[in-house]
Amino acid sequence: MLPDPNSLYGPLDPAPDAGYEDAPPRMGFFTDTSVCIGCKACEVACKEWNGVPQSGLDLLGMSYDNTGALTANSWRHVAFVEQPRPADVLGAPVADGAGPQFLGMPGSQPPGRGSGAEDRTDFRWLMMSDVCKHCTHAACLDVCPTGSLFRTEFGTVVVQEDICNGCGYCISACPYGVIDQRKDDGRAWKCTLCYDRLGAGQTPACAQACPTESIQYGPLEELRERAAARVATLHERGVPEARLYGHDPNDGVGGDGAFFLLLDEPEVYGLPPDPVVTTRDLPKMWKRAGLAALAMAAATVAAFVGGSS
Amino acid sequence: MSPARPPVGDRFRRFRDRLAAEGSDRPEAPRQGGPAGTDDQADLTPPPQRTAELPGRRTGRRGGRRGGGEELRVPEATFTSYYGRPILKAPVWKWDIAAYLFTGGLAAGSSLLAAGGQLTGRPALRRAGRVTALAAVSASAVFLVKDLGRPARFHHMLRVAKPTSPMSMGTWILTAYGPAAGVAAIAEAAGRLPRHGRFGLVGRALPSVGHAAGLLAAGAAPALATYTGVLLADTAVPSWHEAYPELPVIFAGSALASGAGVGLLAAPPAQAGPARRMAVAGAALELYGTHRVETRLGLLSEPYRVGRPGRLLRAGRLLTVSGVAGALLGRRSRLVGALSGTALLAASAVTRFGIFYGGVASARDPRYTVVPQRERVNARRTGGGSGG
Repeated sequence: MLPDPNSLYGPLDPAPDAGYEDAPPRMGFFTDTSVCIGCKACEVACKEWNGVPQSGLDLLGMSYDNTGALTANSWRHVAFVEQPRPADVLGAPVADGAGPQFLGMPGSQPPGRGSGAEDRTDFRWLMMSDVCKHCTHAACLDVCPTGSLFRTEFGTVVVQEDICNGCGYCISACPYGVIDQRKDDGRAWKCTLCYDRLGAGQTPACAQACPTESIQYGPLEELRERAAARVATLHERGVPEARLYGHDPNDGVGGDGAFFLLLDEPEVYGLPPDPVVTTRDLPKMWKRAGLAALAMAAATVAAFVGGSS
Repeated sequence: MSPARPPVGDRFRRFRDRLAAEGSDRPEAPRQGGPAGTDDQADLTPPPQRTAELPGRRTGRRGGRRGGGEELRVPEATFTSYYGRPILKAPVWKWDIAAYLFTGGLAAGSSLLAAGGQLTGRPALRRAGRVTALAAVSASAVFLVKDLGRPARFHHMLRVAKPTSPMSMGTWILTAYGPAAGVAAIAEAAGRLPRHGRFGLVGRALPSVGHAAGLLAAGAAPALATYTGVLLADTAVPSWHEAYPELPVIFAGSALASGAGVGLLAAPPAQAGPARRMAVAGAALELYGTHRVETRLGLLSEPYRVGRPGRLLRAGRLLTVSGVAGALLGRRSRLVGALSGTALLAASAVTRFGIFYGGVASARDPRYTVVPQRERVNARRTGGGSGG
């Protein structure tokens, strides 16, 4: 029962496809990393509102990022990327994809202060608040065998914790590595895009808490326009490396409900450069399995019918 | 690279030590029990490499190191990642899912063997097949339920039937197969019931009930053996997903071979002819599939060739070949037959574990996520004119 030819791949409005009549406009996030200051207010607000448990204090040695990744216990994750950047080209485009460089932060002093002028380097510091992408074609949702994951009327993807039995399929299926199993709990957890707040007409906690409007919440159509304008402005102002990520309804996941403005290649931030929803190939997979099954049956028949002994 | 800093957290020290120990060079093969191994290490221990080749890495993977196309030797891939962290979450499935791949296939192969024995009058094959099928499918259920994060909620699988979820389809296949296999196995007890009275009636009815159930189980068996290929392929795990054309073939072959192994173990040589032919067919499919997976996927074949998955798959190949050879050459000897059957069973199990852990290794290392995708993007950019 696949009503839309684009049900598995291609541009699609997910809420009507999921069966909602008169669905409200699709809501989402636009995270503009060019104004992110790495304050982590989004992480805190998310934990507070959603009652997400702590995962223990640890220092990871990854700049000021001690969260590490999106996990079952961190539904927002602020990435910190330190990149060396020679002084004379500051303002010019950085070589695309220059990876995160460990410049020695965090420390009690700015880099190079203790070691003398000759060791100092110019660098830039990229910050990005990552979150579940609420894909148009959400692999986690498609593969969930219990119906615990569902599409909301706002086009977002939410786990029902009273249904999830912790099979873990969604975790392997997510091309972004977002959804995760909570260790002592066994079930899968991720950002709900504050489904409870959306229903009451409120803004999700992270967007509400963001002091620089790096996280913007609203109807996806409107956000896409706003993002395109923002990229144009940045290009005008001499930031040619600004680019959007996850905004395109023609990409491998049909466009993200939460998309980003990045200042470098996606993999620098720990994002996949070209994610494709795994269910795109599902019809072909079933076909191959069917052929293999037939081959198996045929081989058995041949084994018993043919031959002498 | 980093100045002396006051001691910080434990995970950070491990991270730094591993970087220091391994340098920034890519290891030829993952260390034992490294990224490829250890099931419960689903935490975020960073793999060896953080970033490679800062200056001039624009050119992508062939960063001027080694040329060469998509040959067996995959060229050194330069790529960028976020502190070497995996992009994907590695499967949280533990060894019991790999074990289920084996027991599920074994059940399917045994049911086919049993049905063949039943229809062609080879009682030894029928009996062994039915009993093994019940044992294997029971073990499968235990493995599957045990691997859930919330085992008590296993029945939530029965809330929906979703063609987009191979696990849901598999649940229903098992639901159809399991009881049939169970009834067929129980019917084997008919001969042991007393001939008269209430039990006598049951005893007389059982064989035909078992006959029908055995055929039903055999009908569901090919689906049971091959859906697991889709189960693994329908994920973002790079080396599983890209192997989607081969995985069902491997699993079908592996299931046939293990079923044949049961036949060789249990049946006297006179009845074991079909099992020998099943073994040849299964081994052919299995060897062909694994060979394709190990060579066709370019960089994504690498996880199947190195480390623990590589060793497992090589062992599987060796066992398969010796099992088939033994079955064909020692066709008069019960002992050689039994040894061959054991080798085939072991080969099937080892191959499943190899495929399983190869995929897990590919998800744990960001290289396998980033490099193929980056190549795609670059190809689009150069192909589609001045895009980005």
